[in-house]
Amino acid sequence: MEKGTFIKMALTGNEAYAYAMKQINPDVVAAYPITPATEIVQIFSKYVANGEVDTEFIPVESEHSALSACVGASVGGARVMTGTSSQGLALMHEIQYIAAGLRLPIVMAVANRTLSAPINIHGDHSDTMGSRDSGWIQIYTENANEAYHSVIMAIKIAETVNLPAMVMLDGFIISHEMEVVNTLPDEEVKKFIGERKPLYNLFDFENPVTVGPLDLQDYYFEHKRQQMEAMFNAKKVILEITKKYNDTFGTDIPAFVEPYRLDDAEYAVVALSSAASTLKEIIDEWREKGEKVGLLRLRITRPFPYEEVKKYLSGIKAVGVMDRAETHSTLGGPMLQEVKAALYDAEKRPKITGFVFGLGGRDFDDEQANTVLSMIKDLKDGKELPLYSFIGVRE
Amino acid sequence: MKLKSWKELPEGAIIPGAPNSPEFKTGDWRTERPVINFDKCTHCHLCWLYCPDSSILTENGKIKGVDYDHCKGCGICAEVCPPSIKAITMEKEEV
Repeated sequence: MEKGTFIKMALTGNEAYAYAMKQINPDVVAAYPITPATEIVQIFSKYVANGEVDTEFIPVESEHSALSACVGASVGGARVMTGTSSQGLALMHEIQYIAAGLRLPIVMAVANRTLSAPINIHGDHSDTMGSRDSGWIQIYTENANEAYHSVIMAIKIAETVNLPAMVMLDGFIISHEMEVVNTLPDEEVKKFIGERKPLYNLFDFENPVTVGPLDLQDYYFEHKRQQMEAMFNAKKVILEITKKYNDTFGTDIPAFVEPYRLDDAEYAVVALSSAASTLKEIIDEWREKGEKVGLLRLRITRPFPYEEVKKYLSGIKAVGVMDRAETHSTLGGPMLQEVKAALYDAEKRPKITGFVFGLGGRDFDDEQANTVLSMIKDLKDGKELPLYSFIGVRE
Repeated sequence: MKLKSWKELPEGAIIPGAPNSPEFKTGDWRTERPVINFDKCTHCHLCWLYCPDSSILTENGKIKGVDYDHCKGCGICAEVCPPSIKAITMEKEEV
């Protein structure tokens, strides 16, 4: 394949994700349907039924069982994938920690959706923000094209560091929106991801292992320290694999963060996922008016890119951090807290405020984006702002 | 036994190799120990049969003693020793 030539396909986020899974051709997929991620495994199950993949597809009775089956298959050396959303991810919570602790490179699609109550099927980041401390690599994608490439890279990253990874796309906004996706030929995907070389394999009868034994005060801490070392190493591995991917295929996927018009910016906004696209449009309009404003999109939040945050935001006068999730701590959204922590020891620490927006899938529109930029500009100009504000809610 | 550092352990909290249960000394939290009176023991092997931790030692059809590295002191051996024999008594472990 000539670098930079892609097979262009019109796909929704879910279709793009399922298509990447088809090309990855995992050994095992165990899943339970939930809106808005249902289509991912539903489309994939058609590939299985049509004999287009070699995957063992396990339809289970719950998400807890789905991830448990994934863990079982993964300790047997298989390449394993699944997909879910919202309540489904919450039901997997217990097993997420087990997958990470056993160092299993399971890759999971999450079409971000809010959590009940009140019940709501639309997109915000409440679900995956609840998994921040579970030991999974977390990748938030901006559009269907990025989701497609991110899944393929996630397989390689996860299997290199032996940690599970979840790749997110905004529920409905990206999962159900059709766009042009630059896909790769099957054989290129196959070549890039290679074969999984597991740390251990329960079916290797020549080298028997005990998996998941009791681990008390004398050794548990050492195993957690090892797990953290894998996450520390993931930083370097993610940079290397992303670079290799972009160099090989001519793509332009940022690794941890995407700086947008930040070079001479006096104030900036930090955002994840699809909201970044809206903000880029509005920033372009503001730039035309001579405003020195930019954006830092966080793409990978586990491991958290504190060095990049410091590099790009240190010296900027005022920063506003967007969160499509609440922590219910009264201290602001999760990304506000983490960006603040990353900047605490920056030489030139910016003034910072936060914005919680778009809960339950409420549209993040131009008006809200303009409000956000105005408030950050006010902060830059010396106006006192609260710790964080709610954007787009009726007062 | 010197405990290993995190750099020396296999990753994924697995235990490589089998069998490895003998290496785990389960007898270190015992509060009572079974003591066999060989003047009374008839070598009927009921204690050997019932011991949940395979800690009754036997050789050539004769009971030889207790594996105190693995015996948890549950007292099942003393309980199943026939009432007419009562060769096993549970004694308090000294701390």
